[in-house]
Amino acid sequence: METVSKELKIPALSLVTLIGVSGSGKSTFARKHFKETEIVSSDRCRAIVSDDENNQTATDDAFELLHYIAAKRLKNGLLTVVDATNVQPESRASLVRLARAYHCIPVAIVLDVPERICEARNDLRPDRNFGGHVIYQQRSQLRRSLRHLKDEGFRHIYVLKSVEEIEAISNIARERLYNDRQEVHGPFDIIGDVHGCFDELIELLTKLGYVVTRVAVQHRNYGFHVVAPVGRTAVFLGDLVDRGPNSPDVLRLVMSMVHAGTAFCVPGNHDLKLQKYLSGKNVQVKHGLEKTVEQLAREDDRFRSDVRDFLYDLVSHYVFDGGRLVVAHAGLKEDMQGRGSGAVRTFCLYGETTGEIDEFGLPVRYNWASEYRGKAMVVYGHTPVPDAQWLNRTIDIDTGCVFGGRLTALRYPEEELISVQAGQVYETPARPIDFELRQQMLTHQQADDDLLDIEDVTGKRIIATRLRNNVTVKEENSIAALEVMSRFAINPKWLIYLPPTMSPSETCALEDYLEHPVEALDYFRRQGVERVVCEEKHMGSRAVLIIGKNEEAIRSRFGIEQESIGVCYTRTGRNFFSDASLEQEFLQRVSTALTTAGFWEALDTDWVCLDAELMPWSVKAQALLKDQYAAVGAAATASLSSVVDVLTQTAVRDIEGIDRLLLKFQQKQQMIDDYKTSYRQYCWPVNAVADLSLAPFHILATEGAVHTDKSHEWHMNTIQSICDADPGLFLATAHKIVNVFDEEQVNDVIAWWANLTGQGGEGMVVKPYDFLSFGKHGLVQPAVKCRGKEYLRIIYGPEYTEVENLRRLKNRSVSSKRSLAMREFALGIEALERFVRKDPLRKVHECVFGVLALESEEIDPRL
Amino acid sequence: MLFTITTTHSPATDLCYLLHKHPAKLQAVELSQGVAHIFYPHADDDKCTVALLLDIDPVGLVRKSGEGGPDAFTLGHYVNDRPYVSSSFMSVAIAKAFSTAMNGKCEKRPELVDIVMPFDITLSVLPAAKGGELLIRRLFEPLGYSVAVERYALDEHFPEWGPSKYFTVNLKANLKLKDLLTHVYVLIPVLDNEKHYWVSQHEVEKLLTKGEGWLKDHPAREQIIRRYLRNIGGLAKNALVRLTEDEPVGPVAPEEDHAQDIARETLHDKRLKVVLDELVASGSNTVVDLGCGEGKLLKMLLRERQFSVILGVDVSHRILERAAERLRLDEMPPKQKERITLAQGALTYRDKRLAGFDAAAIVEVIEHLDVNRLKAFERVVFEFAKPKTVVLTTPNREYNELFETLDAGTMRHSDHRFEWDRNEFETWASNVAVRNKYRVTFKPVGDVHERVGAPTQMAIFKADQYE
Repeated sequence: METVSKELKIPALSLVTLIGVSGSGKSTFARKHFKETEIVSSDRCRAIVSDDENNQTATDDAFELLHYIAAKRLKNGLLTVVDATNVQPESRASLVRLARAYHCIPVAIVLDVPERICEARNDLRPDRNFGGHVIYQQRSQLRRSLRHLKDEGFRHIYVLKSVEEIEAISNIARERLYNDRQEVHGPFDIIGDVHGCFDELIELLTKLGYVVTRVAVQHRNYGFHVVAPVGRTAVFLGDLVDRGPNSPDVLRLVMSMVHAGTAFCVPGNHDLKLQKYLSGKNVQVKHGLEKTVEQLAREDDRFRSDVRDFLYDLVSHYVFDGGRLVVAHAGLKEDMQGRGSGAVRTFCLYGETTGEIDEFGLPVRYNWASEYRGKAMVVYGHTPVPDAQWLNRTIDIDTGCVFGGRLTALRYPEEELISVQAGQVYETPARPIDFELRQQMLTHQQADDDLLDIEDVTGKRIIATRLRNNVTVKEENSIAALEVMSRFAINPKWLIYLPPTMSPSETCALEDYLEHPVEALDYFRRQGVERVVCEEKHMGSRAVLIIGKNEEAIRSRFGIEQESIGVCYTRTGRNFFSDASLEQEFLQRVSTALTTAGFWEALDTDWVCLDAELMPWSVKAQALLKDQYAAVGAAATASLSSVVDVLTQTAVRDIEGIDRLLLKFQQKQQMIDDYKTSYRQYCWPVNAVADLSLAPFHILATEGAVHTDKSHEWHMNTIQSICDADPGLFLATAHKIVNVFDEEQVNDVIAWWANLTGQGGEGMVVKPYDFLSFGKHGLVQPAVKCRGKEYLRIIYGPEYTEVENLRRLKNRSVSSKRSLAMREFALGIEALERFVRKDPLRKVHECVFGVLALESEEIDPRL
Repeated sequence: MLFTITTTHSPATDLCYLLHKHPAKLQAVELSQGVAHIFYPHADDDKCTVALLLDIDPVGLVRKSGEGGPDAFTLGHYVNDRPYVSSSFMSVAIAKAFSTAMNGKCEKRPELVDIVMPFDITLSVLPAAKGGELLIRRLFEPLGYSVAVERYALDEHFPEWGPSKYFTVNLKANLKLKDLLTHVYVLIPVLDNEKHYWVSQHEVEKLLTKGEGWLKDHPAREQIIRRYLRNIGGLAKNALVRLTEDEPVGPVAPEEDHAQDIARETLHDKRLKVVLDELVASGSNTVVDLGCGEGKLLKMLLRERQFSVILGVDVSHRILERAAERLRLDEMPPKQKERITLAQGALTYRDKRLAGFDAAAIVEVIEHLDVNRLKAFERVVFEFAKPKTVVLTTPNREYNELFETLDAGTMRHSDHRFEWDRNEFETWASNVAVRNKYRVTFKPVGDVHERVGAPTQMAIFKADQYE
């Protein structure tokens, strides 16, 4: 008998269940038509758990493993083939359940081969020594199963009745799901729930640039001709009908556009109910359906049946633009996108509900969007809201037109909202629409951001950054950061940035120095960076300031109510000040200076994030100073003075070696004096704002901008103008722009550094001229510090300059510090960029938390 | 850093024989991190002074001890007072430089060993943070010394910073040299409450040997033992038992100036008992202890068969490790271990793991949160975790006036962000209950004072739908 070659068609994401007795050729069939990784075989699983693929006692473990593997694959959206006999209904039932759990389509392919062939095949295999009765039993089970497969839930069933038929299968074609329209890239105009508001729809379409003309009814144009703006397509989010004044015309227009290819449409729950009604099913004619029924009564049968068919054919949701956009009437969770199951369809129509009923008699909706973490933007309607607002890349654009609100469209990819006002209130909603608005002044995203989830910060984390690709945060470090963040840090809504650590220059080759400008400049020269900015390094404490033009600016942009017009926090996210009134006065004064300087207008913003040094050191480091620095000075001074006395006394006795010892301890005494002089310069009492001194050095971000695209010269000059507005509080940072290849300029800046540090200055920071600078080996260190010889006493200990000590201390490496600085820098800038583009707080917090976690890496703190 | 011994015994130079050190030479002994120099500033028949001078290598010191220490990665570690004080290093140096004298041996002039001589000694400088001058006197005066101390300012440029913890100590007494040396040897590290570069079982032996003949009868005996062994309870008790032989021994008592700590401890135990009673009475089977600390309440919960699932949550991973040790989680039989889990979590982050419990205990936790974070805490616990019963305690500020050692206006713990009076707490708790559909009742914990109430206040929340 000649058999014509044949192609089988299955959905691209399906769970293919092969059914056939032992020896029916399932494995051969699977290998012929599927990728090796797509096949999960029970024999193979038996072998994995027991080293023997025929070990029947391992069956339970083997199937547990099989299900586990299949589940992981389906979760990841991968077609999976189960190669097992599957002749018993219960084994198939568990596979159907699995497919449904992952919203994949169950497919059955039956290989129904005569027993004698199977037996003959088994006889050829020495490891398969079970008797013929086994095959017989399996075959009869299979036979009994055949006609129940559809009821069991298989959506595609292929029964191949002979070896010839099996061999004739030339190909298994994978068909994508109807909802998969990734190849359509838009741009789109996505339109919310219309509910029979025909006039408003025409107005909206016109506003969007569509030209709608009434024409003679011809074929399926339903009397409309619509010209879309070039390249654009409309998308209707469903609930075309009910409640409003003219559902039939809305249907006609949408059906016309869909047939003409100028629109897509997904079904809403109201549309579905109408379709059921039109199909003669028993549905309750209420919630606005009664109006539609009445309006349709005036139409002819032909139109009604067209409507019924049109609604029946609507696909629950669409995935567009390479997976970047998902549209569905009531939204869609990430794990359901692009999948097909009853559950997916129900979700698309009704969203997620908790099963409870609220005080207005409506089902309590579960806010799936607040947990949404998917990459695709989800645009939906269904629940009327007073304002279309973003929440975790999802947006509900049903602004309640039929209830007297507006009809809204979202332009994609522009993310622009266009609405028209309803002509009148067509119906009163059961739940007042401005309900939530009355309770909440914050946006949905800000309200949602009130609470971060622990899963977004703990464990090993890999954070994608623009500057440095992925930054990994180890679990032990996030463990440490969680404690610090939750016990000491300020409200996370303020924390849009944490500063990176900074590496010192490489260890100096000169005998008397640990650090020197030569090495700092040399680093940039090696990286091929020609121009650098050398800034005086102030010795205070690092401070990040968020300052608003007024409290309203802070409320609307940061979602923080009634706290302050700004905040000043430390490099670990703690409040800088412990004295609240001093803090408020300080913040107010900074804000006023920015206003005086015309900063808000110049940068077109009403808030700013500044990176600064706040002096004196003693204001923040009081405890460290008293417990550590001053204590060491006090102990050493008292002891050394006794020692020198006793040695001087002894010296008269002319004992060999005492003079040398006296000299040594006198030198120690000198070093301690120098050390005390050093730390004392950074201390003075603070009783009022007038005692503080603020030296900003970066204007990190303002509304809509992270200023990493500017040069440090721009930052310095812009800051100069702020300093001029309040020279009593602000301290401008002395700086020099240096060409590292120009010997004269280099010598000049070395002399400048020597002079600064000679007068007790901490030193200087060398930055590439451009904030972000890419050299021969990629991103260049954003800054390298070069600290003064005397200042380093308080870092390396009073006696570090002693020759032998310095020799040993010079054995240090800056490479881990540099790597850390770079990772923290990338995370810090990423946090700002995410905040500026209005990402959810958790996306910002993840980066800031990452910086804090990286800070717990064990690195020599003296660097 | 400097220890001098002067005697006016006649002839004073007998000291040189006793110490077995030549008066006209500069000598040295090696220490692990540096050297100790020995020399005589004065040596004639009327007066003889010996000096022991520590010359500690500051770089080597932090290098060696820096490996793996808990503070190895903090900056303060590298600016260290150890080279300039008389600390455990001095004791080590004494033992090395004057070992024969301390052991009561003198080969050339054995008769000198038991002679009582007048001594005048100076120690520069002793760190004595907690007890200060009082402690110095309490340690040395019972041994017959007349004590003079000089305390130094932290920094004379900043008088507002106040005094430092450093003292130059001068002691005068008539006694045997070997006794003097052992006294100083033992008491230096007792004064210095900071880092000792030792503590092991071996130290118990040393303490007992050096303390022979005087420690047993010293009125500050227990304090000396405990501080010498750096508050390691096990070691301290071990030493005390062996020291007192057949006298009955209670637990090593905490320091006298910590009477308030004892009061706090008993209040805490009382509080936990009350909380436990509430949890038992609620009929709960599954319970989460939010802010479980070292697991005192967890231990009590484990003893109740009623609780089949117990979760202890704390923000500090270190504390959880300690809780695991205290509960002996590793050695627990599997059936018991099944009932309990420890997890790190912060009460300002929403956390799935906290959902679905019958009851939650939140004992002395909220006052460690900034007031503006309470909203997040409320949502985490009452909106998302939603236990049927919540038992929550916090200090009652009104009661603070009855704590004698607490200055007016200060809080009970340096990490407390606020302490509420009864009205403030009840207002907050009632609002939380209304907002989240709970009913709340209040109970005092501890002795109730008629005007200021009890030291601790407790709120018991019951979710409405389970009433």
